This record gives sequence, structure tokens and C-alpha cells, in this order.
Amino acid sequence: MVIFDIKNLNIWFDSTQALKNVTMQVLPHEILSIIGPSNSGKTTFLRILNRLNDLNARFKMNGDVWFNGQDIKKVDVELLRRKVGMVFALPLPLPLSIFDNVAYGMKMAGVNSRKRLAQVVENALKQAYLWEEVKDRLGESAFKLSGGQQQRLCIARTLAVEPDVILFDEPCSGLDPISTAKVEDAMVKLKEKYTIVLVTNNVKQAARVGDRTAFFLSGELIELDKTEKIFTVPQDKRTDGYIRGKFG
Amino acid sequence: MATLLIVVPVGLIVVIIIQKGLPAINWQFLSDVPRQGMRAGGIFPAIIGTIYLVTGAIVFALPIGLLAAIYLSEYSKDNPLNRIIKLAIINLAGVPSVVYGLFGLALFVIFFKFGASILSGSLTLGIMILPIVITTSREALESVPQSFREVSLSLGASKWQTIRNIVLPNAIPGILTGTILGLGRAAGETAPILFTVAAFYLPQLPKSIFDQAMALPYHLYVISTQVPNVDEKIRYGTAFVLLALVLFMNLVAIIIRTKFRKKKKW
Repeated sequence: MVIFDIKNLNIWFDSTQALKNVTMQVLPHEILSIIGPSNSGKTTFLRILNRLNDLNARFKMNGDVWFNGQDIKKVDVELLRRKVGMVFALPLPLPLSIFDNVAYGMKMAGVNSRKRLAQVVENALKQAYLWEEVKDRLGESAFKLSGGQQQRLCIARTLAVEPDVILFDEPCSGLDPISTAKVEDAMVKLKEKYTIVLVTNNVKQAARVGDRTAFFLSGELIELDKTEKIFTVPQDKRTDGYIRGKFG
Repeated sequence: MATLLIVVPVGLIVVIIIQKGLPAINWQFLSDVPRQGMRAGGIFPAIIGTIYLVTGAIVFALPIGLLAAIYLSEYSKDNPLNRIIKLAIINLAGVPSVVYGLFGLALFVIFFKFGASILSGSLTLGIMILPIVITTSREALESVPQSFREVSLSLGASKWQTIRNIVLPNAIPGILTGTILGLGRAAGETAPILFTVAAFYLPQLPKSIFDQAMALPYHLYVISTQVPNVDEKIRYGTAFVLLALVLFMNLVAIIIRTKFRKKKKW
């Protein structure tokens, strides 16, 4: 079974091509890391998977992206986004309370029962290892949390919608090493239940948590293989150069 | 130096109006109808008329203006036509108010046969402040960070859910500020109500929206230029009430803005 099946995907923003003929698959219950220098199309690729690029008026694509056997251009976009959650680069709490942040997705999906929402929020916060720290102040503004806590709140908020896949877009770029370790721990545990696609600028992070690693350069998929292989015997010189820090 | 050139005349105007107008203010002046051909008595009908007109203008302009702003900022595509529309709306705010007055006369008073009435006057004032409401609301909506919209959509919310739950609540302070500034403008204008609603002398209160009404700016114009031998106290008292009303609205707008700016969490 394949979660995402991507064939010959080309992306443009106006006349600039952001992705060139990408063909790859995302497998169930794996952490797929995507590495590459900035402007290599990593984030653009990630935002294809939940169709967030659609918001950009200059965006054009051709090629096929299948999610669980369905063409993502034809599925209901709100349903797709509920199944494919996303954690952004910076902690981005909504200007709501901690509780309402986590409950937001469920509420929008039409769940109104307070009991059910309370349960969903508690579960999600526990899975993101935040429950103990915030259980006594769920009514407070989410902006009162520290940066690391806010990022775990964003993870909880994504989990609360009960997705199949979670997209992480450089989730630790604004965090200190301790918060980073906590987020990485959470990711490794989460892959038991979810499929994870992780875009990261931190090559070591990909080596630590990724099952498979993909290397993007200037919009092209250069290499995709098991993480150990990529980091020990890369097939392509450019991959080798990048992970050794020769450019990027 | 340039600042002084602006501040000194404005300060002088305010000081003179307060100095000459404040002694006229008492309960009778505020609550009585004009008497002896407006040479005595109070300005109560004019105050009430202005409140009716301003309320009517806002009932008309806020919903339409807000919907237009939501369309322009959230739904319209960025193409030349929409850019021209946005530019045109901004420029409409600079059209002289007497032009709106003539427009109101032609459309509401004559074409729709509303006659000179509170309804005609309110609609004319409403149209006059519509560009202010649209422009400030649009700016308020656009100042809500794009990332909030992306987060909300990424959690499976629809576009309208995102606007209603995330964008609008965070834009309300800006929308309110713009609306109140528009109200202040509507309260102080003479020209748009001149042909559409204002009564020269009408000592009883209006009974329906199809009645004519007195209004503060027009009343001030009348007693200053059209009626001989009006006591200076009454003229400056009227000016003082009008000025206080407009400044009060601006003050409320400023308070709302600072209060929410402090509460702003991002």
C-alpha cells in the first residue's frame, strides 16, 4: 500500500519552475525526510500534499498526485486537509485559548459536544507531550506559552483532527536544542500511528529520525533511499557533497 | 515650524468655540426646542435629527461596506479590473460632499420618491461614508497575517469558516475604528443633507423615517447666515455641541484602537 503516489510532478509559480518531473512515493508509517538547500522545492513539494499551494494565484501544476488511490485534484479539499495535517516552520498558534487552538479543527468539522471536544483535546495534548504542562491553564491565550510549547501545541492541534499523514515543514527551525529533542521524540512515537513527511534544513535531524531520506536540489529529486544508505553510500555525488556540508 | 502653523489655528478654533460656546450649554439648551424663530430656546430637535441620520447612515453603510471589503480582500483576484475598483473606492472618499448631496437628491429624493426625508438623508450620508468604511475594513482584514489563514485552512476549515472565525474577529478593531471615523464625518457634513433631509425650522421631533428633520450642521448654518439677530451664545453653543460630538466619536475610535492594539497577541 502507498499513501502518496507522485508521478511526473511539475510545478510553476508564474514562469519559474519550482519542481521538475518529480516521481516518488510516500509509504505508510514511515518518516520520510526531505533535505536540500533553500529554494530546492522542499516546502513547495510538501504544500502539494495538502493542496496549500492552491492559495497562491501564481501556482500551476501538472502531473499526478494520488492520495490513498484518489487523485488529490478531485477529492474534497477540506477532507484532504483533515486527513493530511501540517505543522508549520514557526510556531503559529491561532489567537485563541490553548483549548480552542486544539479543538479548532474538530469544531470546524462540525463536532460541538463539549464532552467529546474535551476528550479530543486531552488526548491530542498527551500525544504531543504537552498535557502535563498546560492541563491547569487550558483557558489561557496560546501566546503565553514558550516557543517550544507553542510548537508542541501546533502538533497537538494537528493530531486532534485525527489525520493519516502529518507534514512537518522545518518544525524545529525556531527552537532550541532541548525543545528540538522533545519534538523529535514526539515524531518518532507518532509514526506508529501516522505517516510523517518531514522537511528539514538540518541534515543531522534527517539522519536521526528519518526512515527514508529524499534529497532535492533546484526542484529536482536527486536521490531517495533508506536513510542509512543516503548517509553512508549515497549514489549521487551531489547528495554526498550536500550531506558533508560542501554546499548549501 | 510647519507643525506650529497647523496646530496654532486648530487650537485657536477649538479654544474660541469652547470659550464662547460653553457658557451657552445648559440642560435647557440641550433639551428644548428652538423658540422665537430660533433666537432662543434649545437645539434638541437638531441633536436628535443628527443622531437619527448618523444611525441610519451606519445601518446602511456598515453591512454593505463590510461585505464589499470581505469580497475585495478575501475573494477577488488580483487583476487590473479589481485594482481599478480598489483605486476608485479610495478616490471616492475624496469626492466633495456636495456632489453626494446632489446625487442623493437625484436618486433618493426624486427618482425613488422618498422626498426630503430622514431616509434619503441617511442613505446619502451612508453612500458618502461607504468608501471610508470599505477602505479601512479592507486594510483591517488584510492586516490579519496570512499565516493564520493557512493554519486554519490546513486544519480542514473552509474558506468562509476561516474568514468568520479567524479573520473577522481579528479585524474588528480596525473595522470599528474606520466606521466611527466615518460616523464623525457623517455627523459633521452639511452639504449632503442640505437637499435631502434638512428642515429649516421644525420644532417637533420627526415621527417616521419619511419625515424631514433638523440636523446640527445645517442648523448652525441657518442660524449663522439665514436668520438675523441670533444671539452669539446660541451660535457658538451649537458649534460647541457639534464639535464635541465629532471629537467624542474620534476619541472613541482612538480608545478602541489603542485598547485592542495592547491586546493584540502577535
